Amino acid sequence: MLKTLRKIASVGLVSELPPGPEELLRVRRALDERIVAVLGRALCIRHVDAGSCNGCELEIHALGNPYYNLEGCNIRFVASPRHADLLLVTGPVVKNMEAPLQRVYAAVPHPKLVVALGDCGCTGGMLGECPASLGRVSNVIPVDVAVPGCPPSPVRILQGIVTAISPPV
Amino acid sequence: MPLKRWWDGAHKIAGASSVRGLGVGAEQWLQVASDVADSGGVLHTLWASREPAGDAAVYGAYLTDLGVLVAELALPCGGESVCYPGLEDIFPAASRLQRAAFDLSGVRSSDPDLRPWLNHDAPYEFVRVDGEGVHEIGVGPVHAGIIEPGHFRFSVVGEKVLRLEEHLGYVHKGLEQRFTQLPILQGHRLAARVSGDSAVAFSWAYCQALEGMSGCALPPRAAWLRAVCLELERLANHLGDLGALGNDAGFAFGLAQFSRLKEDLLRAVSAAFGRRYLFDMVVPGGMAVDVSTQAAHALADGVRAVCTETIELRGIYDEHEGVRDRFTGAGCLTPELAARLGVLGLAGRASGQARDARVDLPCAPYTELAVAKIVQQGGDVAARVAVRFEEAQESGRLVRRLLAALPAGEHAVTVAAPAADAIGVGLIEGWRGPVLVALQAGPEGSIRRCHAHDPSWQNWPALEYAILGNIVPDFPLINKSFNLTYSGVDL
Repeated sequence: MLKTLRKIASVGLVSELPPGPEELLRVRRALDERIVAVLGRALCIRHVDAGSCNGCELEIHALGNPYYNLEGCNIRFVASPRHADLLLVTGPVVKNMEAPLQRVYAAVPHPKLVVALGDCGCTGGMLGECPASLGRVSNVIPVDVAVPGCPPSPVRILQGIVTAISPPV
Repeated sequence: MPLKRWWDGAHKIAGASSVRGLGVGAEQWLQVASDVADSGGVLHTLWASREPAGDAAVYGAYLTDLGVLVAELALPCGGESVCYPGLEDIFPAASRLQRAAFDLSGVRSSDPDLRPWLNHDAPYEFVRVDGEGVHEIGVGPVHAGIIEPGHFRFSVVGEKVLRLEEHLGYVHKGLEQRFTQLPILQGHRLAARVSGDSAVAFSWAYCQALEGMSGCALPPRAAWLRAVCLELERLANHLGDLGALGNDAGFAFGLAQFSRLKEDLLRAVSAAFGRRYLFDMVVPGGMAVDVSTQAAHALADGVRAVCTETIELRGIYDEHEGVRDRFTGAGCLTPELAARLGVLGLAGRASGQARDARVDLPCAPYTELAVAKIVQQGGDVAARVAVRFEEAQESGRLVRRLLAALPAGEHAVTVAAPAADAIGVGLIEGWRGPVLVALQAGPEGSIRRCHAHDPSWQNWPALEYAILGNIVPDFPLINKSFNLTYSGVDL
């Protein structure tokens, strides 16, 4: 126990300041300005892997590390889409995940925000559209913000999330 | 017939250090499999192909003491439905491979389990467990965390698991078909995305097959830098898993510390290579970028710091009674069962299966490195944690050793596209275990066929056994201790 406490004290606080919004990432619609006021600063995210190679998931996990300290920004991942304000979708949407993704989207209460993550989510990626894959996320559900990268860095993902909840300029 | 006779009669295949191919008939197909099993070898992968004319072939790749033996069974059929002898009685891991091969190529084995695996058009028929008080818990495909999709069907009494049946294939994206649309000199990029957490392993295995077919001599500096990347990938994944395992045992401190160390490592990697994750770093003929002497020193220092802290954290894990209690005895896979199921890689080594391609079938630079093979006999979560702790240290040692003595010279050379119909096999020990890429060239620099295999094919069925008799709430911990890929097996 003493070792654990000593380790916590010696490492100290390593968290960094979150990035600002990035207008370039906004793709679809302007958000109601009240959303930030309605949600406060707490935002609940449900992640759905719709066909990712799991590279994007590694960087989503990194958001939880003490440097990016996602929960310190009042953003957290939730276990059920019914608790979520925002869907974070990775991968091209493959055929076997089309119905599950649509069911998750339907279960999210309004107003639903969707951030498509990674080159696959933005464009279909290397796979594109083929018999087993429907391509980009916006081919299946409406997307508010698309964050390119393979995989996008944690800062870039955070920027995408902040952009999605920020009122348009 | 002993394995040696088959081996001596087989022809050499380009790529990894010791690969041979053997054309067989239907009876020999089964005989080779049982001779491999008798000699202590395992089935690594199985795939099938069908030509537009209707002729088909099925391939079985075995890991043996002599090397990788690829048996090819030609099935000339003129378009009629064909059936080859299934290997599931000899190697249980063959069953899902055969079902997937049917979904992809239409070539059917004699396996009585006819349920589609990758094709989800019809509802899946799970095996039902009957009895007083037995009920089912279905989980997924979308899980309650940041993980890939798959379905788990538990049959339980109270909290005790009587049976677990996995249903995967949700992220099937047609990778094998996509490969055939890419130029062969570009396929490494898709290989890196078979399973993103094993990007270096898969892209190296692909390039190894390709370079072997093209007769490309890899510059020593490129080989050493590839090994640096592979060991960094192993270290990063082990750090992530060690944190997540602590968290699943209720010790959030472990997640905070190890995720911080992993981030430190990724930032050091990014400073040296320009990217946090090493997609597209391994390219045909060498490496996409070189590393300066200064950057190599900085990276070695970063790795040393991470490894030093990992030793300290291991002491804390070992002394924490709650963590020890959750890890010890959970999800036990005995060495006997692991051998029967042909469990590979990290999970295999935690259950006494002493296989590591870096030691058994090494390519450069592993031929010069004397990698320590980490083996435990316990087979429980604690053993898989111990293997990770020790392999993390070993990878740290290897990275520092490699960076301290990088050979001078080119970091990449030009590779010509191989001749049509050339065949190559790459085998690289990724962080989960041995990944294999079998590549066949088409005309004018195209790909006729590419099959990529992750050891999770072997290890997913083993998880169904490891959970038996445990309680449902321990499943996340036990599952994490294997940490298998979905994308890498759904293809």
